[in-house]
Amino acid sequence: MRLCLENLDVAVNGHAILRSVNLTVRKGEIHSILGVNGTGKSSLAYTIMGLEGYRVTSGRILFEGEDITSLPVWERARRGITLAWQEPARFEGLTVRQYLALSRRSAANGLPPEEALLRVGLEPRRYLDRTVDQSLSGGERKRVELASVLAMMPKLVILDEPDSGIDALSIGFITDAIRTFARFGASVLLITHQEEVASVADRSSTMCNGTILKTGDPAEVARFFRLHCRACDHVNEPDEEVSPNA
Amino acid sequence: MPDTASVLPKVVDFSREFELLVKAYEQSGGVPEALRDNRVGSLAVHGNRVLGANAVEGLHLHTEQTPTGVRVEVRVEPGVRIARPVHLCFGLLPEEGIQEIHSVFDIGEGAEVSFIAHCTFPNALRVQHVMDASITVRRAAKMVYQETHYHGEQSGTLVMPKTRAVVEAGAVLQNEFKLVKGTVGKLDLDFEAQVAEKGVCEVAAKVYGKKRDEIVVRESLRLTGAGARGLAKSRIAVTDAARSEVLGEIVGEGPYSRGHVDCVEVIRGNEAFASAVPRLIVRHDTAKLTHEAAIGSVDKKQVETLMARGLTEEEAADVIVSGMLR
Repeated sequence: MRLCLENLDVAVNGHAILRSVNLTVRKGEIHSILGVNGTGKSSLAYTIMGLEGYRVTSGRILFEGEDITSLPVWERARRGITLAWQEPARFEGLTVRQYLALSRRSAANGLPPEEALLRVGLEPRRYLDRTVDQSLSGGERKRVELASVLAMMPKLVILDEPDSGIDALSIGFITDAIRTFARFGASVLLITHQEEVASVADRSSTMCNGTILKTGDPAEVARFFRLHCRACDHVNEPDEEVSPNA
Repeated sequence: MPDTASVLPKVVDFSREFELLVKAYEQSGGVPEALRDNRVGSLAVHGNRVLGANAVEGLHLHTEQTPTGVRVEVRVEPGVRIARPVHLCFGLLPEEGIQEIHSVFDIGEGAEVSFIAHCTFPNALRVQHVMDASITVRRAAKMVYQETHYHGEQSGTLVMPKTRAVVEAGAVLQNEFKLVKGTVGKLDLDFEAQVAEKGVCEVAAKVYGKKRDEIVVRESLRLTGAGARGLAKSRIAVTDAARSEVLGEIVGEGPYSRGHVDCVEVIRGNEAFASAVPRLIVRHDTAKLTHEAAIGSVDKKQVETLMARGLTEEEAADVIVSGMLR
């Protein structure tokens, strides 16, 4: 098993945001996470990456059998985990070429910057010397982010809504990139609202109220999501209303 | 003052002194070939001696030695576009001394020129470097001036660049001051510009303060003409026990004038100190001025993004600060 979350409880500023999360992601598997806004999908992503402020209060995170619960972000990254943010950071003075090279620095199998850009539909000649700052549009920045992950080619990619802010014509590049990760043996934890993007998944889980409600076949989980999930009052405030095994 | 280009050979070479200065110039990021290329306008000054000067067509350089430095007049003829950047090298190699450069730049109507200046003081223990510049960019002309400093690691320099600029109607002045290598000691940067109708002035300071450096940056733009535009930008990083103080000021007097103060100061460590004071004054009801200032530690999301690619927190902060000061 590549990633295994065991009975994970997580708090931010003393406030419980994830509870009793159990989740496994296999080698080369694309695993999508569904859920309405505020159910803890991004928090789950940040916890796996080990971001500051996401404190595991009980349970553990296993990566390829190793307990990484207390490792800092960069050590998780060097073991082969990375995260692409929903709203990627912008960097003044750092070119796309330099940004992708940084991603590739600790990667044995990463794609060259030119190829990584082509895979997300960006022409290298036009983009390599541009700066990863406000001069890139939201969609361009998202695609550069995905290219930087391709340049790293980690073992586990966490993609937090890689399709948000992407025009419909370019969605195909996103799904192709996700499939590329799997072809290279990487596992993908994919957070998305778009069924077209979610359709590339091998398995899906749906989250509500800070926990995993259901895991299984993507079509089946999507159907469950459509039938049962709605915006609710307990956003980011787990209570006893929801049965994890409903 | 005599015209340097007419009284000196193309390259005046006081041999060893010139070569030592060129070496220091290269250390500070300069391109040595530019100082030896007859097709490139250039000026090399060590202390109060002009070691090399080369004027090109349409560019006039006049120099005059003073007891503590050099007076320089730079004039570009109206309508002339100087194809290659003019390279300027100012420096002082001994550990102690004074260099005062008083310069007058007169960029003729419709002319276009860019300057790449390097100021190098690699051994400075007690050096005072004064740059007193008067700039006139005449109607519809464009001047780009980039100045990079290098001061060794001894923090022994007092640097006082002072600029007073007039940007006439439709003209453009882009001025960048950069001091990111070595440690300076004390920097007191003072830039003021007056911008006429549809003129543009963009001024930027990029400074990395280390050890016990004391940095004061004052950028002031007065937008007097209709549609005048101004940007006062500063990017400062301070570490160790360095201190920085940034004052960004824009006065919007002309109708529809637009100005923006953009200040980012990054502080690394608990002993460093940073402050920023933006000051906006509007004197016309159609003028519009804005400012943004961010002071504090390196942006957390930027750091975490790079850490998620395998960089340690320190490495990530270095990359972010280097980019900001590039």
